[in-house]
Amino acid sequence: MARTVTTQRKIVTTLVAWGIGLLIFFPILWTILTSFKTEAQAIADPPVWFFFDWTLENYRVVQERSNYSRFLWNSIIIAGGSTLLGMIVAIPAAWSMAFVPSAQTKNILLWMLSTKMLPAVGVLYPIYLIFIQLGLLDTRVGLTIVLMLINLPIMVWMLYTYFKEIPGEILEAARMDGAGLREEILFVLTPMAIPGIASTILLNIILAWNEAFWTLNLTAARAAPLTAFIASYSSPEGLFYAKLSAASTMAIAPILILGWFSQKQLVRGLTFGAVK
Amino acid sequence: MGQIVLEQVTKSFGDVTVIPPLDLTIEDGEFAVFVGPSGCGKSTLLRLIAGLEDVTSGEIRIDGKECASIPPARRGLAMVFQSYALYPHMTVRKNIAFPLRMAGFDRAEQDRRVEQAAAVLNLTDYLDRRPGQLSGGQRQRVAIGRAIVREPAAFLFDEPLSNLDAALRVGMRLEISELHNRLQTTMIYVTHDQVEAMTMADKIVVLRAGHVEQVGSPLDLYRAPRNLFVAGFIGSPKMNLIEGEEAVKHNATTIGIRPEHISISESEGRWSGIVGVSEHLGSDTFFHVHKTGLADSITVRADGEVGFKHGARIHMTPRDDMIHRFDEKGLRIA
Amino acid sequence: MSTKASRSAARLMLAPAVILLLGWMLVPLTLTLIFSFQRFLPMRGGFQGWVGFENYVRFVTSSAFWPSVQATVVIVGGVLLITVTLGILLAILLDQPMWGQGVVRILVIAPFFVMPTVSGLVWKNMFMDPNNGLLSHLWRFFGADPIIWLSDASMLSIILIVSWQWLPFATLILLTAIQSLDSEQLEAAEMDGAPILSRFWHIILPHLSRAITIVILIQTIFLLAIFAEIFVTTQGSFGTRTLTYLIFQRVLESQNVGLGSAGGIYAVILANIFALFLMRIVGKNLDR
Repeated sequence: MARTVTTQRKIVTTLVAWGIGLLIFFPILWTILTSFKTEAQAIADPPVWFFFDWTLENYRVVQERSNYSRFLWNSIIIAGGSTLLGMIVAIPAAWSMAFVPSAQTKNILLWMLSTKMLPAVGVLYPIYLIFIQLGLLDTRVGLTIVLMLINLPIMVWMLYTYFKEIPGEILEAARMDGAGLREEILFVLTPMAIPGIASTILLNIILAWNEAFWTLNLTAARAAPLTAFIASYSSPEGLFYAKLSAASTMAIAPILILGWFSQKQLVRGLTFGAVK
Repeated sequence: MGQIVLEQVTKSFGDVTVIPPLDLTIEDGEFAVFVGPSGCGKSTLLRLIAGLEDVTSGEIRIDGKECASIPPARRGLAMVFQSYALYPHMTVRKNIAFPLRMAGFDRAEQDRRVEQAAAVLNLTDYLDRRPGQLSGGQRQRVAIGRAIVREPAAFLFDEPLSNLDAALRVGMRLEISELHNRLQTTMIYVTHDQVEAMTMADKIVVLRAGHVEQVGSPLDLYRAPRNLFVAGFIGSPKMNLIEGEEAVKHNATTIGIRPEHISISESEGRWSGIVGVSEHLGSDTFFHVHKTGLADSITVRADGEVGFKHGARIHMTPRDDMIHRFDEKGLRIA
Repeated sequence: MSTKASRSAARLMLAPAVILLLGWMLVPLTLTLIFSFQRFLPMRGGFQGWVGFENYVRFVTSSAFWPSVQATVVIVGGVLLITVTLGILLAILLDQPMWGQGVVRILVIAPFFVMPTVSGLVWKNMFMDPNNGLLSHLWRFFGADPIIWLSDASMLSIILIVSWQWLPFATLILLTAIQSLDSEQLEAAEMDGAPILSRFWHIILPHLSRAITIVILIQTIFLLAIFAEIFVTTQGSFGTRTLTYLIFQRVLESQNVGLGSAGGIYAVILANIFALFLMRIVGKNLDR
């Protein structure tokens, strides 16, 4: 709205909004702060805020005791791998539906969406059984495949809505200009689709990174990613707040940063293009 | 070089027939304009020729070669789209060079032809910009540049000027006509604007619901519209169409008389009526005359200096040799 | 665009995705359906014969069933109420002109990116712990007895944790929807003399109705399936055993696969009811 708002009102709005924003963010902030405290300071009453002896000890202990880097590596492989694999399948599918729609396109899209609605718990045992049979239980390969499959509908949908926005006339122009299917995809479609593809990749890494049903139920020691690593803190011994905080901070930091880049895409991806 | 022949071409989308069997020949070097109201199938026809849609039945021959199985890329045609369809991620230079790159020309030849086209189209200063940084008219010129570097057998234009403002449209119209005069290449131009059709075409193809209503030179169509539809569509302002008693006097169901073929007088004339809105264009004045007993409103052209007040009674006389007669089916009576 | 050659290429490109998802849906679902008609206890003898609909009857007549339905409804309903109401208010607030809007947005959205196990454990230990949690400190500061959150107010705790995670989602979507509201519409209403409250009721809220519906449907589908938050906090005790958690326990903890599978089929049916509504809305959107 191109109207000047009174400074007074803007100050009030700013204060209220920042207050609420900080309140909502507080648990994360507190976790990050606590990760730099000693265990004694972590549970101190009254709480210590900023003036304590900042220490990196917790990060060192977490890494040493639980081999954090292995879990991190599992998370990276699983989230990255499932996204990559998914994109290989999703890009051609979304491309074909966006640019060569047929009478069934709408039904196929909605059916894909419906597979995303399938409650995981309803198919937990069969998947568990199949994993045992195929020797996939507690392997990164198995988890990568499952996460790829559960996120595939979102990937196809997101890409579809992005591709839909590329005007068909441009692809026709390429065809008229003498481009074959290969050149059309390579020189025209791909460069124009890259922003959409990047956003889709981003959102799916986030979703795969945070997935906590299959990662908890299909892994044990070997393939467990960070979600499962953190869950191991649910039955702790002794003082552990600072260490829990350090572990948590390490687990969420990469995704918080990625997430901030993907706010807009989040809306589109999670509402299947219904809200843009 | 660029003769295009359509023989018994049809197109249906599912159960909907967009083009019933249609025959048409466009000669080499001709500037043909497909004109008609929206939804008349003119764009579909163009896309069939381009190969962007498959014909349902019938044959399209370009220079005598049947091309149903030839993909658009290899038909040797170039197309300028309504939305310009420029590649947003490429500079103007790369946009224009794209068809050359696809055809496998070497860099030197690509550059030579791009520079040449850019010079013709006044784009030399903009070669390193992206389409997003250009105005509508400049984008239009880039799209044309991309088409001419290929030296195609024929150009296809799909309502290329409809996204431009009025002043630019007139300018681009002249540029395209100029281009045709210089290249002497076949051009097929689709528009819903009869002014564009009249001013640019060698041959106008008037389409309605996929049917060819009339084919001819602009003046043929102006002088002798074959039916009421063409009569109403070609010419601006529209031809006055009069039914009833006055038409019977001329042994016709409907008669038509163009606004420019009616003379106007304060005191005497064959018809009379009350002046409603008058549009002063400077060079001409158009009066919309009511209560004539002929039709709801009769449009009359007069000299720019002529002025009548709203509500004044005036008299009109049509030029008898310019009255068009139509029968009960709406067809012209010769 | 749609020539024969491009159509067959398109079908080929679509095939892998369709086949994969078809397999992912049909194979496990068929197995679940088969198991649900069996007496199947992998740890105690495995397959023990076909039992017809016995598992379906037993699942709904077991003493755990209705409490789990109740827990599910309370959690889903509570979280929806909190996130949608606060989400609308927050979206309107964030749409106002202010300094540092971008930063505030980031602060508000952040919880969505926290993995469920982390948010569950951080809330459970660092905030809701009766001895050392920050909330207990706060209560004691005001001289009150700390609440033993996860046992005495277990439902409220879970609702609070899950709402904190999903509020950003609701806010973000509603904010996007508000920003698409034509400001001329609001200005027209202002010219017509509509006061702020009636502008909210008659223009903003109707404009948001579709976005609100979408938020409700999508959240419902995800909330019906929440698992990790309960897994790391109460483990389903203190009345927080939802339908999802109950099925999980039947299948993996007590390894009564037949019974759990019957429950799974119930869950699939339940989710499909909501999915149907969501798909109708999304489908309409596709036609535009």
